[in-house]
Amino acid sequence: MILSGRNILFRLILTDKLLISILRVGAMLAALVVLLILIFLVYESWPALSSLSITRFINDVSWHPLENTYNLMPMLSGTVLTSSGALLLAIPLSLASALFIVFYAPLHLATAYKRLIELLSGIPSVVFGFWGLTTLVPLINQWNPPGASLLAGILVLTMMILPTVTLTAYTALAAVPDELLRNAAALGLSRWGVTNGVALPAAKTGIAAGIILAAARALGETMAVLMVAGNVVQYPETLFDPVRTLAANIALETAYAMGDHRAVLFVSGLLLMLLIMVLSGLVELLEQQRHA
Amino acid sequence: MSENLRFLLAKLLFCVIAMGCASQLQAQSKSASQRLVLTGSSTLAPLVGEIARRFESLHPGVRIDVQTGGSSRGIHDVRKGIVAIGMVSRALKPDEADLHAFVVAQDGVSIIVHADNPVRALSREQIADIYSGRITRWNTVGGTNTRITVVNKAEGRSTLELFLDYLQLRNSEIKPHVIIGDNAQGIKTVLGNPQAIGYVSIGAAEFEARRGARVRLLSLDGVEASVENVRQGIFPLSRPLNFVTSGEPHGLARQFIEFASSPQVHDLVRAQYFVPANTD
Repeated sequence: MILSGRNILFRLILTDKLLISILRVGAMLAALVVLLILIFLVYESWPALSSLSITRFINDVSWHPLENTYNLMPMLSGTVLTSSGALLLAIPLSLASALFIVFYAPLHLATAYKRLIELLSGIPSVVFGFWGLTTLVPLINQWNPPGASLLAGILVLTMMILPTVTLTAYTALAAVPDELLRNAAALGLSRWGVTNGVALPAAKTGIAAGIILAAARALGETMAVLMVAGNVVQYPETLFDPVRTLAANIALETAYAMGDHRAVLFVSGLLLMLLIMVLSGLVELLEQQRHA
Repeated sequence: MSENLRFLLAKLLFCVIAMGCASQLQAQSKSASQRLVLTGSSTLAPLVGEIARRFESLHPGVRIDVQTGGSSRGIHDVRKGIVAIGMVSRALKPDEADLHAFVVAQDGVSIIVHADNPVRALSREQIADIYSGRITRWNTVGGTNTRITVVNKAEGRSTLELFLDYLQLRNSEIKPHVIIGDNAQGIKTVLGNPQAIGYVSIGAAEFEARRGARVRLLSLDGVEASVENVRQGIFPLSRPLNFVTSGEPHGLARQFIEFASSPQVHDLVRAQYFVPANTD
């Protein structure tokens, strides 16, 4: 009946070792996928990178790959503008929604509202694009033609990232320890005082993580933006001018691209990847500054 | 442990040898089977790829290899005798009379506007002016006093190539307001914008208009835009999609050409929004 302690310990160590090796393999595979994608992108865009100088992607007169002009900068600006515009709209709305669910709404309303937001997050991006193309774009067109524009892209992206930011902010706010809130209330703080002075600072990291996640999604979103943004390669002067994002560029032209054209499209993929790397680097920097 | 490893190695070695033998066998049977290579137009390649797949399934042992590289490569390779059949997405030029051409399908492009747009027809110059930004309002060409929304196709599409060729413009001269990918997106864009003008494959446009979508296909040079007129070869914004051979084709090449212009592949031709060739 007596189990040898040494035996149990031995078995535990074995299980631990097994688990660790499984986890290591899993983590390595995940990292490897990213690395392989990067290598693949560089490999496929190498013909363009080696035969064209980098400045051509910045200084060429326009993007007409079949006429050998390869300026990627208008598309980079299009990508950044649509994404930052969407974030600008989505962040306040999402924070308000999350605060509403956690602190202000009666329980049954909060549950229903949260379900609704969850439903919104489950809608495929093509559906948003289709809705934008058939409803939003004609509406903007009546106001200020041609309708397919930076504004339409921003609005559709906003709808898409709104649930991501809301749900992560909700999770972060709900995870704030109850005692903190009660202590604050006991100190006589108003409801807004508790929210603004205690809950939001405590949930800051989680909220920021959600925003970063949403930003990455917005940068990479393809179909919905492709359908509503007009896809003209130019620097927009107003909100009503059409723009093309890097992701949309790849989706639009890859199917029929050959030779140099194809390689340059991979360069735009590489650029998009770099953009996301810069974003995650920025997060790292913020994190370090916060801890320092 | 090492015993196990040795066993594994032996097994692996066996596998490799077996595989080598198998591939050799395969190579032998391949040399016994027939192989046909086509090169040329990237417009034709997707269609011919589909046709080749069907042909292969009907003739086991036949391998058909479809490679792109442009119409001029098709002509070049046929002349040099590198391939039996070249794919050329235009009518043959006078200095190419040494080659035989077989029409596989017709490619036609229709200019479309919203059905609420009063404009019925435009001349080639008017279209060129609209697309290059010299005409910006519909009332200049007999429409309402609204701004024109120019819908263009993404670079690399065959419709764009044919359209530019018709207008004698370069893509960088076009001042678009919306750039679209496929035909469906083009039609949706025009449906949602009464001031828009766009162009799509004629098969797709006619199909949508027949189903009651509110788009109008504009006549060009007095010829009504219809699949029938493309088939007759009288619609100006169209081109034949050809197979070319040097000399009378025979054997497998002849079989494949006949198959590709037979009614057996009309569904494939229509699926690519091309117009099947005249078979009578």
